[in-house]
Parts: sequence; C-alpha cells; structure tokens
Amino acid sequence: MSKFHISTTVNGEAVEYLCDPRQTLLDVLRDELNLTGSKEGCSSGDCGACSVTLDGRLVCSCLVLGVEVQGRAVETIESMASDEKLHPLQQKFLEAAALQCGFCTPGFLVAAKALLEKNPNPTESEARYWLAGNLCRCTGYDKIIRAVLETAADMRGSK
Amino acid sequence: MARIVLSDEFGRQFAGGQTHFDLDVRDVRHLVRTLDEMFPGIGEQLEAGAIAIDNEIIPDPWLNPIQPDSEVFFLPAIKGG
Amino acid sequence: MAGYEGKEFKWIGTRPVRPDGVDKVTGRATYGADMNLPGQLTGRILRSPHAHAKILSIDTSKAAKLKGVKAVITGKDFPDMHNGVLPGDEGVNFHYLSCNIMAWNKVLYDGHAVAAVAATSAAIAEEALALIDVKYEVLPHVIDVDESLKPGAPLLHDDIFTTGVTPKPDKPSNVVQRVQMQLGDPDAAFKDADIVIERTFKSKAVHQGYIEPHAVVAEWSEDGQCRIWCSSQGHFMVRTLTARLLKMEVAQIRVMPAEIGGGFGGKTIIFIEPTAVLLARKAERPVRIVMSRDEVFRGTGPAPGTSIDVKIGAKKDGTLVAATGEFRYQAGAFPGSPVGAACMAAFGPYALTHVRAVGYEAVTNRPLCYSYRAPGAPLASFAVESIIDEIAQKLNLDPLELRIKNGSKEGTQMVYGPKLKAVGNLECLKAIQNHPINKIPLGPNQGRGLAAGFWFNLGGQSSAVVNIAEDGTATIMTGSPDIGGSRASMALMAAEVLGIDYTKVRPIVGDTAAVGFCEITHGSRVTFATGMAIIQAAEDVVLQCRQRVAKMWEVDVDAVKWEDGHALPAGANAGDQKPLSLAQIAAKAARTGGPLVGSAAINAGGAGPAFGVHICDVEVDPETGHVTVLRYVAAQDAGKAIHPSYVEGQIQGGVAQGVGWALNEEYIYGADGRLQNSGFLDYRIPVASDLPMIDAIILEVPNPGHPFGVRGVGEVPIVPPLGAIANAVARATGVRMVDLPLTPPKILAAIDAKK
Repeated sequence: MSKFHISTTVNGEAVEYLCDPRQTLLDVLRDELNLTGSKEGCSSGDCGACSVTLDGRLVCSCLVLGVEVQGRAVETIESMASDEKLHPLQQKFLEAAALQCGFCTPGFLVAAKALLEKNPNPTESEARYWLAGNLCRCTGYDKIIRAVLETAADMRGSK
Repeated sequence: MARIVLSDEFGRQFAGGQTHFDLDVRDVRHLVRTLDEMFPGIGEQLEAGAIAIDNEIIPDPWLNPIQPDSEVFFLPAIKGG
Repeated sequence: MAGYEGKEFKWIGTRPVRPDGVDKVTGRATYGADMNLPGQLTGRILRSPHAHAKILSIDTSKAAKLKGVKAVITGKDFPDMHNGVLPGDEGVNFHYLSCNIMAWNKVLYDGHAVAAVAATSAAIAEEALALIDVKYEVLPHVIDVDESLKPGAPLLHDDIFTTGVTPKPDKPSNVVQRVQMQLGDPDAAFKDADIVIERTFKSKAVHQGYIEPHAVVAEWSEDGQCRIWCSSQGHFMVRTLTARLLKMEVAQIRVMPAEIGGGFGGKTIIFIEPTAVLLARKAERPVRIVMSRDEVFRGTGPAPGTSIDVKIGAKKDGTLVAATGEFRYQAGAFPGSPVGAACMAAFGPYALTHVRAVGYEAVTNRPLCYSYRAPGAPLASFAVESIIDEIAQKLNLDPLELRIKNGSKEGTQMVYGPKLKAVGNLECLKAIQNHPINKIPLGPNQGRGLAAGFWFNLGGQSSAVVNIAEDGTATIMTGSPDIGGSRASMALMAAEVLGIDYTKVRPIVGDTAAVGFCEITHGSRVTFATGMAIIQAAEDVVLQCRQRVAKMWEVDVDAVKWEDGHALPAGANAGDQKPLSLAQIAAKAARTGGPLVGSAAINAGGAGPAFGVHICDVEVDPETGHVTVLRYVAAQDAGKAIHPSYVEGQIQGGVAQGVGWALNEEYIYGADGRLQNSGFLDYRIPVASDLPMIDAIILEVPNPGHPFGVRGVGEVPIVPPLGAIANAVARATGVRMVDLPLTPPKILAAIDAKK
C-alpha cells in the first residue's frame, strides 16, 4: 500500500510526514514524529493514555488515523510545558504525588487541561466523569482528582 | 536442641506423620542434610520452600545459624506481587 | 547498624517532589515501547486460538518469504529445556517457563505463543503471522479449578504428580500440590462453639490491569552479547532467566531498565524477552516487541480464580474458638499458584489456638497464573472476613469490637508457626473505630462493611552504591525498578544518613552491568530491603568521610563524629577544628585517598509483616443491582512512612484494585475455552467516576528489623477491600454474596431470590 504525504500542525509547528493509511495518529506521533509522550495502552479508545487534542477537542489518538489530520492542529503532552516552565497542572501533579508509574499521566494531563479550558470550576463529580475515559491502575484516582480541583482553584484565584 | 517443625504435608509424606523434631543442628544447611538423611528425598522439597527461624522469615536460608533454643518452621515458598 | 530509634528525622516523613517526576509529567520518560534503535524491526507473536491442542506441524515458509520479513521462529528455535535438564537453581522450572514463552509440542491456553516474526513494519509483521500455517489437533480442555481437581479431567501435563498427599500418586494429574498447616485441634474445638458458620466462596481470574503492555527492545551483536531494554519489575531477573533459557552466560546480557507503567506482580516474570533476543539474533537487527492489550489479557500472568470453603466457630460473646479453610486455587497452564501463601495469610488478623488451612492447586487451560499484589491473600481474606462479619451479625455484636477481641498482636502464633513481633493490627482497628465515618448515618439500601487483612512482606537481595561528586552532591544507584515512587524514598533515606539536602541526592536505577544484583521489585520489599542497602551504603560513605577527616586532623577516627552532613570533633581531645561539610571533604577526596564511593550488597532479613483495616459505605440500587461506593477509609501500619504521599498512594491504589476485583473484574471464558473479554471495554477496571476519595490513614508501629522501622506497604492494601465491599453489600441488601465479582445481575438475582 503506498503512503500518503500529510501536512499538518503539531504543537504549533508545521510538520510533514509519510504514513500508511492504516497507521493511527498515535502511531504517527510515536513512530514518525518521535513524540513518544502519548502512550499506547489499549489501541481501542478505552484507556485514554493516548489522549491528544485535535483542533482543540480531546480525542484518543489511537482512534484517529494519521491521514485524517491533514491541515488540522494537534496538541500533545509535549506542548504543555512552555517557556521553561511547567503548566500549573503538571506542577500540581508533582506536588500532590498524583502519579505513581506515570504511564497514564500524559493522558490525564491533556484531558484535565481540556476540562479546565472548558469548565474552569468543575465539581468533584464533573471532574471524575470528564476523566472517566482515562484509566489509572496505580493511584485510585484520589490524588489525581484533588490535583485537578486544586489547580482549577489556583488558576481561578490567579486571574 | 532446636525445635524443628515440618509442614503437615511433608510430615505425612516423608516422616510417617511426625512434624515436630528436636535436633542438634548448627545451621540451615546442616538441618536440611540431617532431615534428608532421616527421610531421603525431603531435602529437595524443603529447599524449594521458605524457612522461619525464631519468628523471622529468612530469605535464601543456608548458612543461617540455628541456636540450641531456636524454633524453626518450614513454610511454602512465598512470592510477592 | 547505627540506631535511629527516637531520632528526629529531617527528611524521613516529608513529602518532596519525586526526583523523576518532571520527565513523567512532560512525556519525556522512556518506557519500554519508547525506545527506538536504528534499523529496528517490529516483532509480533502468533498465538493459539485453542484452549488445549497438540501442535501437529508449523509451516513458516510462506511467512519467511514475505518481503520485509527478516526472521521467523518457533518453539524449536529455543534451546531444549524439555528433557529433564534444569539449569540453575533459581527455583524456576525452565521446562514450563520455556513452554510458556513459546509452545513446544502442545498449546495449553487460548493465547499461548506458537511462533514469532520480525519485519520492517507492523503491517508486514501482521501479514506474516497470517501466513504461518499451524496444524492443531484440538483436545478437550478444562477451565474451572473444581473441575480440574476431579479425576478424569483432561490432563494438561504428564509430569505432574501431586505433592503433599499420601500415598504418593503413581499417575499424573492436574493436581499440583496439597498443603496443610494447623495449630491445635479445630475439629474438636468446634464443639465448644455457640455458633458455627460455614460457606463456600468462588471467584474468577482477574488481571493486574497495568496500563502499559509488556514491551522489549533487544539488540544482538556478533560477539554473542546482547542488550535488552524492557519494562519489568526486575531487570536482573530478566537477565538471569533470558540467559538460562537461551543457554547464554549471564554477563553476556545487559538489561537496561526502562520506566515501567505498572506491574503489580504481573511483570515479575518474563514473557517476550527471549523471543525478542532470538529474533534479533536471526535478523541481525534490533527487534522491538510490544504486546497488544488483547495479548496482555490472553498471554501474560493473571491472578487465579478460586473455590474456597471456610468454617469459623465462636462463643456467644464473640470469642473465636476454631477456624478451618480449604483453599482451592487455579494455576493456569503451569504450576505456580499462590495457594501456600493463601493458607498462611487467610487467618492472619486473628489470634486462633485451633485453626487449620488446607490448600490445593490445579492446572487449567488458562494463561500462567502469576503474582498480583499479595498473591493468594485477597481471596482467602474475602472468605474469612465474610464469615467473621456474618458471625458478628448473627451474634448482634459490633464487627469491629469482634476483631479487636480476637485480633492478632505481638506474640500471636500464626497458623504457619512463627509468632508475630511488634505489629499494628490493633492500632489499625482502633484508628477505624475512631474515624468519623462511623457517625455518618446510613440511608435506605446502604450498608457499611469492615475487613482486616495481613501480608508478610519480603526482604531479599539488594545492592546499592552511593557516589559523592567533587562538589558534595550524591548520585545513588540501586537495581530496583521504581514502580511507585521508590526513587524518592531512596533519596530521602540517603539524604537523612548523609545529612545533606534531599535535592542534592540524585537517585538512579542502574542497569545490570552498572550495579550489583537486586531481586525483583515485589513483596513490598524495595523501601525495606533496597532502602536498607542505601542506608548501609550511605553509612559507608559517612565512615569514609570520618576516616578522611581523621587523617586531615591527625586524630583517631573515633575522635570524629558526623552530624548534619558535617564532620565534627567528637570531643575536646580532637582539638579545636572547624566542622567540614561533605562538599569540603569531597573536594579533597583525591588527596585523602581517592573517590568517595559507598556500597552495600545484602540479603535483607527482618521484614515486618503488616496489617490493614478497611471500612466502606456502599449503596445498592434495588432495581439494577448496581453498587456505588460512597465512602472508603483504609488504615494501614507502615512501620515508618518514608514519603507519606507515596505510602498513601499505595494504599489508595490497592483499594481501587480491590474494589474492581470485588465488583466488576473477571475473566470470561466461552464453552470453547476462549477468552471473551480481552479488552478494557469488557474487562471493566474502576474508572474515576466509580470511586470516592479514599481516606488513607497511616499508622506507624516500627518494624524492629529496619533501621528506620520500615514495613512494606504496597501489597497489604489489596487484601481487605474484597471483604469490606462484600460485607457492606451484605449489610445493604441483607444477602450474603459469596461469588465474586458482585456484578449487578448477580446482586439483583440474589435480592430477588430473597424477596
């Protein structure tokens, strides 16, 4: 099968790549663009470890094809820190010990950032349901949810 | 003499049902050899499991000393997760 | 070892940011599947679609000819481990291990590996698998443990002769072993009971559910050496087992520990590493194999399903008089089920004079059963805690008071023989008794459940090196993979002993060529045993510093003491010397004897067993049978919490897994012996909306076997939740559920039957 040439924007930068039409966006990010921060946990859209945003919308990159993002904008975990500083969510996750093995963490951070951009004042229940698409096996979610809610409060307070 | 306790199934399988023994042994290696002389074949089985000496489970027991007033229990192998 | 009793700690017990954290929150951390070597090929494994079958032939010729395929292997490419030759004494049966990694002449479960290919792309590798022609002769299969224990069950192996029974059997069977442990005479003692409750409990196989699938990259060089990058709970184990299986010298293999995305026991053994090495050797290029989620469920090491009978007798006032349990555990396709540990741990929280635990293990046509967090204990505890709760209910006694009345403490003899040293069972019970949850009134269809749990915790072999740089900063290295934040704890312990700032200590997990042997990260042993090695290595550095300073001041080493990271005169006779910091001493290291390097290599004994007590509130929907966990509190004795946030994390994570085990998770097999739910959609682990906040309470009854009092914490938390949830459901519905998982259809059927 011949490859497609795709031009798109990833983390604010124009990129081009060749990909097999069967390759997912996750495959492309990891294997063609060396952005290995997004993780493969299930390849069936159930675990959220591959979470990215596509034109600002939270998606599982394992459910998007590499050829589908022609001319669109993808943001991954790699763009979350900027100007040599961590995003408040990243900093809070560290301080609150909201990660153990860290494998699900990029997915949670991308998803949590998308939540707070949409709803800067989520309740605990709203945060839990928004993040229900991200599986974590290590933490029991307690410290993750606390970190998200505290960051939301911090970000509201600093406006 | 140290108090040595075999598991019930080893007692039944090798020692005619007896599980408690008072033996004069220096260390675990000596103990296993002594028991294997008394009950041929038991040594290999014992080495596959674990040992507690004086209420402490010992990892990789071999040269660990056994005191005259020690109590030794043979246990199944334990794995963690 | 210097005593630290009564010492005020500067770093131990604090909650700094973990040293490896930034890489994890930015996506930079390298896990097994993130490694990319030049020229790397993709490996894929062909797996059996049958639960039990003879392999008549495997034709790989078409696959080998496919453009882009660089290597194809089958079981016959592995060295022969199948004729009674068992190299090494690691306690591993290499015949079984080799068979599991790639089938020899039989497949024993749906998902059993039969062949593997390496190709230039994943798509080509998948195509190649489809071109491999395997001819099977399907055999009858057996999935259920009680079925497998019956004579006449389909036989999996012809070399299993049940141990622990008399007379010794002369015919092979599926029954691997019988174990028994007993104190007193429970059969006679039951006669003294005012109430005896006896029930049978069943559970299904569950998976550890780590989000990261197994991944390995193997590279072979022409001088016969090989390098492996993989996510595992023990890269030294990977090295040793791979070497033994491939008949290589251990030092020929160098294993680099990638970051690991969860293990919980499921990554304490190898599944794909030797396959990757053989493919790399044949293809003469590096090979990466990453399991799919489907492969993880079908082809790794889930925890066993069980069938358990427990009988407990008590007096009217709640004094327990006798207890017996028979624990029948599946073993998957090869022996290795943790039934011995189940027998040992089941009655752990109770001081019993008359108690017997009997265990049976039977192989079944399922993937190899392997370790899952306190292997053996959770299900045994579920059964025992359910009966204890029912006794409390029937006698109209407070379930917590009943446990305090009969609770294990220092001096209690365990069913397996030894007596407990100082432990925190009663402290945990009291902490739960005093918790405000008890004051919260329960509404309709709500119930509160309680359970206690016990785990021994392990010690074992660990090595550590502490290197002091010229500016006094420290690099500390061990060989224990960090699965939950242990690098932070290592750094805290080193900082405490050296007396320097935590931020000046950089912890590393060294590869197998860089640091001494470390046993697998299991058994809640790392903070305890590897921590002890770090402490000893740091103390070694402190001694060397004192010796250097003694030379500088021209005094005896005893005249120099170490305080807060500085060498000081121990008394007036040492002269009037200014304190020298570690940095100042390090700056002079070359001139006072050479590099400052401390090391330790130990086989740590003295691990402290630990207890946990959990209480939870649930609400059961009477129309759907769905269970909502409203509140959850878990108290656990950690001995000494080095980094309390990560201790809490272990407790909360174990609770979540236990809740999933109790309510949702199970392996579902069809009549054809094939796994039907090999994905996260239908194998339902708890998600964020399933759980409330989990209140983790840390008690500290120091373990006398560790300089700081550490007890392992990782495994205890998964032991009580099954009983706590089941007891809460029983109180909410009035029905005692004995068949895990407690899914909505089952609960609804039980509620309806009661009506």
